[in-house]
Amino acid sequence: MKKKTVVVAMSGGVDSSVTAALLKEQGYDVIGMMMRLWSEPGSEAENRCCTVDAMNLARRMAAQLEIPFYAIDAKDVFRKTVVQYFFDGYRQGITPNPCLVCNMHIRWEFLLNRALALGADFMATGHYARLLTADGGRQTAVGSPRSSSFEAIRLQKALDENKDQSYVLHVLKQDQLKHALFPLGDYTKPQVRDLARKFDLPVAERSDSQDLCFLGNGTYAEFLERNAPEVNRPGPMLNSAGEEIGQHRGLAYYTIGQRRGLGIAAPEPLYVIQKDNNKNSLLIGPKESLGRKQLTAREANWISGSPPESPFRAQIKIRYKADFAWGLVTPQSNNGFQIEFDEQLRDITPGQAAVIYNEDICLGGGIIE
Amino acid sequence: MISDKVYLDYAASTPVDSRVIDAMLPYFDQHFGNPSSTHFYGQKAEAAIENARETIARALNCNPYEVVFTSCGSESDNLALRGAAWASRQERGADHILISPVEHHAVSHTAQQLADLFEFELEYLPIDEFGMVRPDTVAELLRPSTAIVSVIHANNEIGTLNPIAEIGTVCQEKGVPFHSDSVQGAAHLPVDVQELNVDLLAIGAHKFYGPKGVGALYVREDIKLQPSQTGGSQELGRRAGTQNTPYIVGMGEAFRLVQAEHNQRHDQALAMRIRIIGHVLEEIPDVVLTGHPSERLSNHASFAFKDVDGNNLLMLLDVEGFACSSGSACKTGNPEPSGVLTALGLSPDWGLGSLRVTVGKDTTPLEVDKFLEVLPLAIEKVRKINHR
Repeated sequence: MKKKTVVVAMSGGVDSSVTAALLKEQGYDVIGMMMRLWSEPGSEAENRCCTVDAMNLARRMAAQLEIPFYAIDAKDVFRKTVVQYFFDGYRQGITPNPCLVCNMHIRWEFLLNRALALGADFMATGHYARLLTADGGRQTAVGSPRSSSFEAIRLQKALDENKDQSYVLHVLKQDQLKHALFPLGDYTKPQVRDLARKFDLPVAERSDSQDLCFLGNGTYAEFLERNAPEVNRPGPMLNSAGEEIGQHRGLAYYTIGQRRGLGIAAPEPLYVIQKDNNKNSLLIGPKESLGRKQLTAREANWISGSPPESPFRAQIKIRYKADFAWGLVTPQSNNGFQIEFDEQLRDITPGQAAVIYNEDICLGGGIIE
Repeated sequence: MISDKVYLDYAASTPVDSRVIDAMLPYFDQHFGNPSSTHFYGQKAEAAIENARETIARALNCNPYEVVFTSCGSESDNLALRGAAWASRQERGADHILISPVEHHAVSHTAQQLADLFEFELEYLPIDEFGMVRPDTVAELLRPSTAIVSVIHANNEIGTLNPIAEIGTVCQEKGVPFHSDSVQGAAHLPVDVQELNVDLLAIGAHKFYGPKGVGALYVREDIKLQPSQTGGSQELGRRAGTQNTPYIVGMGEAFRLVQAEHNQRHDQALAMRIRIIGHVLEEIPDVVLTGHPSERLSNHASFAFKDVDGNNLLMLLDVEGFACSSGSACKTGNPEPSGVLTALGLSPDWGLGSLRVTVGKDTTPLEVDKFLEVLPLAIEKVRKINHR
């Protein structure tokens, strides 16, 4: 039987390097690819995902594993989709999550298309998550002919709950999942570092990447000031009675639930309760005003391919690093859903995703309104 | 060579001929002396270098002392441009540099630096649709204050040959130093510097089955040259630094073999090149040949495909086992339409889709056939990605 070919999206980091090594060991024909993503003009060296150093490191990894390696230019498409989405989100007064859009349109569309055009059967990333076939089998077996019979593939949390990245993968569709491999889902991060040592990969001690790759070394606010200055308009801070109690520097500087840096003298601690983009005002109030029990989400993606028909109880994550919260999920006809949580949540943030789980299976999610 | 792979990128580099390796080996450990040393060891090394110089001088039809060894073709170009520009300014206040718009970066970026940092005026010669410079345009643009003229012998990207001898005559009449980058040309064409009428000529060994990391510059006896690398008095003060004896020996042997086997290599390459160009133009839609149809390197076929991303094409071909090159390709995934193709007037939807196929003395007609079978399918696939 002809060996299956898998393209590994490499970054020069531990996770993607071990991914490539594992697949090679499992008998795949492995090809490494790395995307060159957009960076702010003048700070091209700073995109954390794809510095020249990272690219050279990935190239060395590939050479050591004796697999071909190709750099793929994705600057334009990344700028037009991910970075634009980031700007647009802040213009709308929400807190966008560009990693979701990157997974949806860059990794699992732009890059996957290139991998498939090259004749690959699968694309793999170093994400921590697992895939299950309908019969409960694991989708990492060599040569499992997943594309032949159409049975919905399920997205399962990683074995290592601390590293689980199913949150950012909830945007994937069956067409993408049937070509996806996540070999790290069965390992803990310390095990992955051990594997890196076992494979003698010089990246074993590299630290994990953090934050948005295209921000370089600055902060969100500085980045927005340079590239979308219209986003940072000062405006009023209002209390629940609608009275102006101060000035804010621009809505993008604040997140829901933020307490520090408001600069208001008050008898009790005050928090950012809500942003009103139309009026460019920031609603401030005491801790009691902060909690919400409901949210509405739009642009839902259901991993199974079709939305559930009736309301159901589930566990929900409202941010990548949030704890799971129980609630009742009610699908809506407009490709959205509502959630009624059992208890109040303090940091429901428009623009982030609400991702729904049945035990350790990720069912899908949507963008919080 | 790896057996299931087909190498079609001889313009990028060539494997070192085993006869060349044999010639080089004693100079790593047996005759390792510093060629400038007085003793036996030094004399052995020096003799080897002077033998290589003699061999190369004979092939170029010049005096041995007119050959300067460098570290590569690019260094030769750097030394020619910078050295002649500085000397011409010193001698006669010349401050004007005239080059073609399709020079290798080793020339064009050096000229640009001379303009940016040393206040030379840089002017570009016009070219025709094939990337060729006409001698009469050189005559028109030459000034008494021209410090140096540089025109590439055979273009690396599009293969076009320039009428170097005629341009040389024009420059000689005006007494302006004339340099030609023959890093590609010398691997395939006779390079008699008397017939070419050049004052400076750059070559690099790894384009003709010699090692990487060694080149040479022909410098006509009466041409004033400021060294761009200063230090010891090696190479008659024109290029400081201990000579790389084994590599120089390797270049000498490799260049000797180019001359000895020229006819055979030329005829074999030409037949394959003609077959590649004919087949591609007949079988693949929306393609143009870049460069001159006949006045081009014997081993060189280059194309531009509409709506094709050159990087994607190279990647696909590589996975299929064929090693080619593209003017727009870059290993860091940073494609830009090549300056040469832009100078030819190609729009970006064509300029990004360039492909260069260069055969060599080890290429077989069977390999070419296999390649020509795969290429149309690869182009079709890459166009599909582009439209997604």
